[in-house]
Parts: sequence; structure tokens; C-alpha cells
Amino acid sequence: MTKARFVRGVIGIAAAIAAIELASRTGLVDKVALPPASTVLARAVGQLGDSDFLHSMASTLEAWFGGLLIAIAIAVPLGLALGSIRWLGTASRVVVEFLRPIPSVALIPLAIVVFASTTNVKMSLIVYAATWPILINTLYALADVDPLAKDTLRSFGFGRLAVLWRVTLPFAAPFVTTGIRISAAIGLIVVVSAELFSGGGGLGTYLSQTQSGGGRPDLLLAGALWAGLIGLAVNAGLVWTERKVFAWHAARTEGAA
Amino acid sequence: MSRPLRYVGWGLSRIWLIVILAVLWQVLARAAKNPYFPPPSEIFPIVRDLWFSGPATHFFLTSTALDDFTPSLAHIFAGWIAAAVVGVVLGVAIGRSRVVSELLDPVLQFGRAVPPPTLIPFFIVVFKITDTMFIVLIAFGVIWPVLLNTIDGARTVDSVQLDTARVFRVTGWQRLWQVILPAAAPKIFAGLRVSLSLALILMVISELVGSTAGIGDHLVNAQRGFQLPEMWAGIVLLGILGLLLNGLFVLVELRVLAWHRGARRLAG
Amino acid sequence: MLEIKNLTHVYGDGYKALDDVNLRVEGGELVSIVGPSGCGKSTLMRCIAGLQRPTGGDVVLDGTRLEQVPGNLAVVFQDYSRSLFPWLTVRDNVGLPLRRHGKNRQERRTAALEALQSVGLADAAQKYPWQLSGGMQQRVAIARALAYRPTLLLMDEPFGSVDAQTREDLEDLLLHVRGNDGMTILLVTHDIDESVYVGDRVVVLTKSPGHVCADLPVDLPAERDQVATRELPGFVHLRAEVGRLIRGDSSGRVHPANAGESPSV
Repeated sequence: MTKARFVRGVIGIAAAIAAIELASRTGLVDKVALPPASTVLARAVGQLGDSDFLHSMASTLEAWFGGLLIAIAIAVPLGLALGSIRWLGTASRVVVEFLRPIPSVALIPLAIVVFASTTNVKMSLIVYAATWPILINTLYALADVDPLAKDTLRSFGFGRLAVLWRVTLPFAAPFVTTGIRISAAIGLIVVVSAELFSGGGGLGTYLSQTQSGGGRPDLLLAGALWAGLIGLAVNAGLVWTERKVFAWHAARTEGAA
Repeated sequence: MSRPLRYVGWGLSRIWLIVILAVLWQVLARAAKNPYFPPPSEIFPIVRDLWFSGPATHFFLTSTALDDFTPSLAHIFAGWIAAAVVGVVLGVAIGRSRVVSELLDPVLQFGRAVPPPTLIPFFIVVFKITDTMFIVLIAFGVIWPVLLNTIDGARTVDSVQLDTARVFRVTGWQRLWQVILPAAAPKIFAGLRVSLSLALILMVISELVGSTAGIGDHLVNAQRGFQLPEMWAGIVLLGILGLLLNGLFVLVELRVLAWHRGARRLAG
Repeated sequence: MLEIKNLTHVYGDGYKALDDVNLRVEGGELVSIVGPSGCGKSTLMRCIAGLQRPTGGDVVLDGTRLEQVPGNLAVVFQDYSRSLFPWLTVRDNVGLPLRRHGKNRQERRTAALEALQSVGLADAAQKYPWQLSGGMQQRVAIARALAYRPTLLLMDEPFGSVDAQTREDLEDLLLHVRGNDGMTILLVTHDIDESVYVGDRVVVLTKSPGHVCADLPVDLPAERDQVATRELPGFVHLRAEVGRLIRGDSSGRVHPANAGESPSV
């Protein structure tokens, strides 16, 4: 990133914060509804010392990461297995296109009824929601592998497994990781939604509890702020890992992910 | 092989797995006799009875259907369309200016990273549980993919295309309509598609939390009454809705971006 | 009608692409500009087209100094697949620039079809550019330039991306359509044969920083034929001279006064 771009970015953030600050303090927006940015930021810092908040956060993150890992462990092998056999891959893609529009959050009431422990509720939902983007991306990536590359290797006497390892996997890997990023974002949405609805501990519960009694929009927005920052951090981390591992891919395709 | 037979073959090669899975679902659920997982033979009749057994004049929709569908669909359409319009307009304006897009990039990235459900309590405080609340929530939640994709698309118009426009003095509004928007269209549509599926998610979760009416509310009621088949019926219905919305979108996209598919196929 | 005076261009990172380029082009001439890779040909083209402001010197078109893209100029780019708009049909691509001329839709369509006819692509009007072969796409780009009725036509390595056979067809097409409007044409190319075949004059640029090292008139009959003309001793000698200049290179500048000397010296 160039220096100019970085500076402009910082200016942009500062300007946005200032705008919210002004809008709230001058009464342009109802102060009760939208507290000044400085207040929200102060609360956010304060939350770092609030064990209640930290516990909630930890509970959410645990479920999020755990569910994501399980989803990866399910979706990647499944996608590879299905996708490497052409006719099976084609049929699987059709199934997936049918099932993917079902919003995972629709299963929240079901999960609550089926599972006794809230952890299981959250994990099961995250695993379900996060499996799809990874599976879809894996299937489509495998379908897109350049047949010429595969044929070239086969003509040199390499067997099917070698072709899978040397051509298919390296090609598909970046798409799989894009799928993981999407799954991370969806997973976070699903877990917070589940917590909001069912109140079983975690960030969502913390947020709805800030509204009980008098209501504390400053704490509410501060909590949302943290959620956004963590989402950003995880995404950035995944992108950084991608770039490191797949430097060759980024050099080949000039597009942005 | 004759033509119609070939089409049948093509279709079968694609849906055989769905058929097998559906049959499997029925057989396993029937055998397991688990109250939490009723078989489709129990679920689908409920779907029909609840929502689709009405008079033919009403497209077979029952009054329950109208009560449930109307608020849900109104919210999702209003919210999504608002996000789409604002997102594209702003996105093009921002994307055409390098300085502005660099200024706003971190802010917008952050906006997209905040999970929209975290803001539900906030929106309930501000708007109370009204139609406006649902629409604003959905619009605010789904504008980000549209906005960011539009900015990207508007920023990365091919330099040769822009040079051509300059040489032939295609400027101003004409350049926007004739060059920039079509060039950015593939990315814009990708963003719109993501935001549509996100809108459905937000519609459901907002109705679950702030339940007063709509399909989400139906789910909540079924859950409270421990009526598993009815709950599954709601899930299936949402799946159908998702399929329909996605299908409609794809149809429109196929039409509008036909040139793009053709060009890419030949370039690839 | 076109005068390039002391044109110099230095890029932001210090790279000097052009150094004191001087050139005069009379109305109706077809001037080939040829040089080795990296001689700044494309930079020169962009400066003349008004797409780029040179760091030094002037481009004077019809007596007025160029400040921005002039209205009577058309360009044919090398990369036709990126220059033609994939979302428009061939006919709409050709007609798009005509909106500036205040014509209504019917007039634009007619003009576009006429131009397509002159390049032999009247049947392709309803197709999309990517449905056509490379040579046909470049013909569409030429038709688009022609329909615009420019007084100056710039062509930046227009035939560099097509195969040799198609290149010959397009060279002849160019010679064929040029007669019609008394258009002045500047053609940048790296192909020495081409520069001699199509041009009235051949201007040779040196390696970077590019400047004019020779300005040679093409003393060949106006009727060109791909086979017959290329056999002529005049063609062979001129081609060799240009080749020597490009290879030998940087042998010093040539004053415009010397430009008319016999190439066999």
C-alpha cells in the first residue's frame, strides 16, 4: 500500500468519526439513539476490562472458530472427493445450487429445539452455515481446472493421484480459501443471530442485555464496534495468509479477490 | 441421439443426485421416527395446507399465506432495492474518483465487517418494531457488497476502453451510461447477488428477534408450540423463497449480461 | 496540417521516452512511423492524440496548439479486443462516437452501416465484436474511425495483433479506404515492410529516447500490390535502408533538409 493511500485512509476514518461526533453532539441526531463517537469509543475501551463482556466475546469466538474448523474439515474433503469425479461433481453442484438459497438462520429455532446445550446449538448452526460456501467454492474450483494442464501431466506418465496433488489442488486452493473467508463472515452472522434470538450467552446475548432496563446504546454500539473489528482482523489475517501461501497465484491473476 | 432425448439425458445427468437424496431423506426420516426430523411426506402437505391451498383466483394462496408473505416480502424487496439503488449510485460516484475511494475504503471495509445482526437491538431502539425498522435494517445490512463491488467495478474500467472514449469524445453522462456502467456491470451484479442472499438472511433473523408477523414469526410460533412439522414447513418455505429469488435474479442477470458471458467464453 | 515541434516527453520516474521530435505532415499524406521497441512510438502517438501532455514541445494541428483531445481525430488501437465495447453490437460500436456529431439514431445507423460496408463487414452489423475474428474486429475499429470522418487518423500498431495473412489484407484495406476523404493518416508500426508498403513517407525513430533519425519519401507507384510492389527494387532498397537505420541506430540526427536524399547513398 502506498503512503498516500494509507494517509487518505486514515483521514477518511478520522473524518467519519468526526462526522458522527458532530451529528450527535449538535443534536442533528437524537443523542439517546446515537451517542457521540467519543462516548462509544470510550465505552469500547472500557469493555476490554469488563469481564462480562470478555466472557461473552470468548464464548462467541469459541463457537465461531470451532464451527469454522469443523466446517473446513467436512467441506474440503467432501468437495475434493465429489469434485474430482466429473459426473459426480456436476450432480453435486446442482444439489448445492438447490440447497444454498436456504438461509441458515431459518434453522435457529430448530437447533434450539433439538439441542439442549447452547454451545451445541451454536456450533451446529455454524458448521451448517459455514460448510456451504467452502463446499461450493471447492466444487466450482475443481470444475474449472484447466484440462490442458492435467493432460500435459498425464502425458508425462503421472497417475490420477499425482495430477490431483500437483495440478488440481494448487489451482483450487485459492478458491477454497476465498470460500473460507466467506464462511467466516457468514458464520459470524449466524452465531450472533442465534445468540440474539436464544439468549444463550455470547456477544448477541450481551448486546440484547444492554437494552434491558434503561437501555445503553453506547455499550450496544461499542459491542458492535468490537464485532466489526474482530471480523476485519480475521478477514485480514486470512487474506495475509492467502497472499503468503499463494504468492504465485496472485501474480498470475491480476484481479482482486 | 435425437434432440429431445438428448435434453432429457442432460437433465437427468444433473438431477439424479437430488432425486436420490430426496428419496433417502424420506426413507431415513420415516425409519428413524425422530420427532425432530419428520419425513418430507409429513412436511410438504403442511406446506400446501398452510399456504398454498387457497382459491385459484389468489394463485392458490391462503389468507395465512397473504398474512405471512406480505410483510416478509415487502421488507426484503424494499430493503434490497433501496440498498441496490443507493449502493450503485454512490458506488459509481466514489469509484470514479481515486482520491475519494482511497479516503473511504477503510471506513467502508469496516462497515461491511460489522455483522448486521449486532445492530438489530440498535435499530429496534431507534425505530421500534415497525416496518421501517425492518426495511432500514435490511438496507443498511446489504448495501455493503453492492457498494464495494460497484466501487471496484467503476474503478477498474479497462484503460483502453477509457482511452477510446476519450479519443472519440464520449464524455460526461454519455460516458457514464455507455461505457462505465456496462463495463462495471459484471461486478455490480455479483455484488447485488450476494446482497440478495444476505437480505434473505437478515429478513429471517430480524423477524425471529422482533417477531410480529411474517414467515420468521411463523417459525417462532412453531418453536414455542413445539410443532416440529410446522417448523420444518416454514424452513422449506424459506428454501423455496430463496430458490425463487435467486432464480429470478439469475434470469435477469443472464439477460443483461449475455454479452459478458459470450465475451468471456471466447477470451478464456 | 500537423506539426510536431521539439516534442519531448519524460515520464514521472525519469524515463525519457521522446527527445526533440520534429515532424511535419501535410494534408492527405500517409506517414509511417517505424522504430525499434522502446523508441517511444506509442508515447508519440498518445501525445499527438491529446491523450497525454508532453513535458516539452508542442503538437500543432491545423494551426492550433493541442491542449486536449481534438474533435477531428480518430485512433485505431492495437488491442481491438479491449478497444471495442463488448456490450455493444458491431453497428452500435461504430455508431457510438457519432453521438457527438448531433446525429439522431437513424442517421447514426446509416452512417455506421456505410462505414461497415466500406470495410466489407456489412453483414456483421448485428453481431458482437467478440463473435468475430481478430482481423474482422480490427476492421470494425477501422470502420468506427472512418464513420467519425476525422481529418487525422492515428493508428497505433493496428495490425500487430493479427496473423500475417490478415495483416496483408488489412494493409490493402487501409490503402483502399484512404483515398475516399483526403484523410491524413499516421501509422505507427514495428513492421518495416509494412511501413514502406503503405506509406508515402517513412519516419524512422531511434531507440529511447526516441527522436527522428530519418524521414524518407517512398518513391513507389501509388498502386500498391502485396506481391508486385514488394518485388520492386525501389521497395527492396528502401526497406533495406530503413532496416539499416533501425539496426545501426543512433547514428546521429538527420536534418529535415537531408530527408529527401536518395536512399541508396
